[in-house]
Amino acid sequence: MSALDAIQVGDVVAERTVHLTRESLVRYAGASGDFNPIHYRDDVAERVGLPGVLAHGMLTMGLAVETIVPWLGDAGRIVEYGVRFTRPVVVDPEDGADVAVTAKVGEVAEGTARIDLTVTHAGTSVLGKAQVRVRTA
Amino acid sequence: MPVNPELLGRAFPPTAPYLVGREKVREFARAVFAEDAQHHDPEAARALGYGDVVAPPTFAMVIQDMTLQQLLAEPDSGIALERTIHAQQSFRYTRPIVAGDELTGQLTVTGLRAMGQGAMVTSEAEITDADGAHVVTATSVLLIGGEE
Repeated sequence: MSALDAIQVGDVVAERTVHLTRESLVRYAGASGDFNPIHYRDDVAERVGLPGVLAHGMLTMGLAVETIVPWLGDAGRIVEYGVRFTRPVVVDPEDGADVAVTAKVGEVAEGTARIDLTVTHAGTSVLGKAQVRVRTA
Repeated sequence: MPVNPELLGRAFPPTAPYLVGREKVREFARAVFAEDAQHHDPEAARALGYGDVVAPPTFAMVIQDMTLQQLLAEPDSGIALERTIHAQQSFRYTRPIVAGDELTGQLTVTGLRAMGQGAMVTSEAEITDADGAHVVTATSVLLIGGEE
């Protein structure tokens, strides 16, 4: 039927790189209601000992899963989604930050599959155990 | 004040209903780089069987956040926002959130473990629609650092 039925463990089903800028962080702050100043003020980030202004973890989590939605065709196929926030994404005021997402089939079962997301910034993984359980039937 | 161990098992009253607007869904979708038509175009969403535009999966955080504000506002919680780190997050969906939904979140503290001077607090927000039907459960793990 659809391509979802034919997937096999190890298949890369989607990938993309998203370029974040400070504007992206302000946009996410407004859309989500998370106005923690560590996501847009260098002085506050420095005062609390961070290496710089950070992307919201929930922004990284949100853009990561969205990578597979066009492939799924229907966000309603997502049954579960979870991540661990392992490393921060520092967003440089000039250069921004690239976040690379690769979605690979981790497990196939009757009518469902587990998609594992590898999410990296500057060559380092920033989300741990980023797994999406999807309905394939 | 350290994190209060009596928080474990505490259940909070349901939040006031949140009406999911179409433009809010579009705004959130743009913010998480969600370009698929189902998030923006009502016709595309209807073709999938939904009444209106479909919210990106992590939109549930907007409702969950209202419940976490209740937790942070508890005078006896011992949780200070500036010492709090979001360590883990997960969602379990019955269906996606769709524009027009009127959603309520109900938070329960389901786990609390002392870690050195701080604590790891797990909470579950059960998000239901106007009919009381389950939409999504949002689970977050917060690491609360100890005071200096």
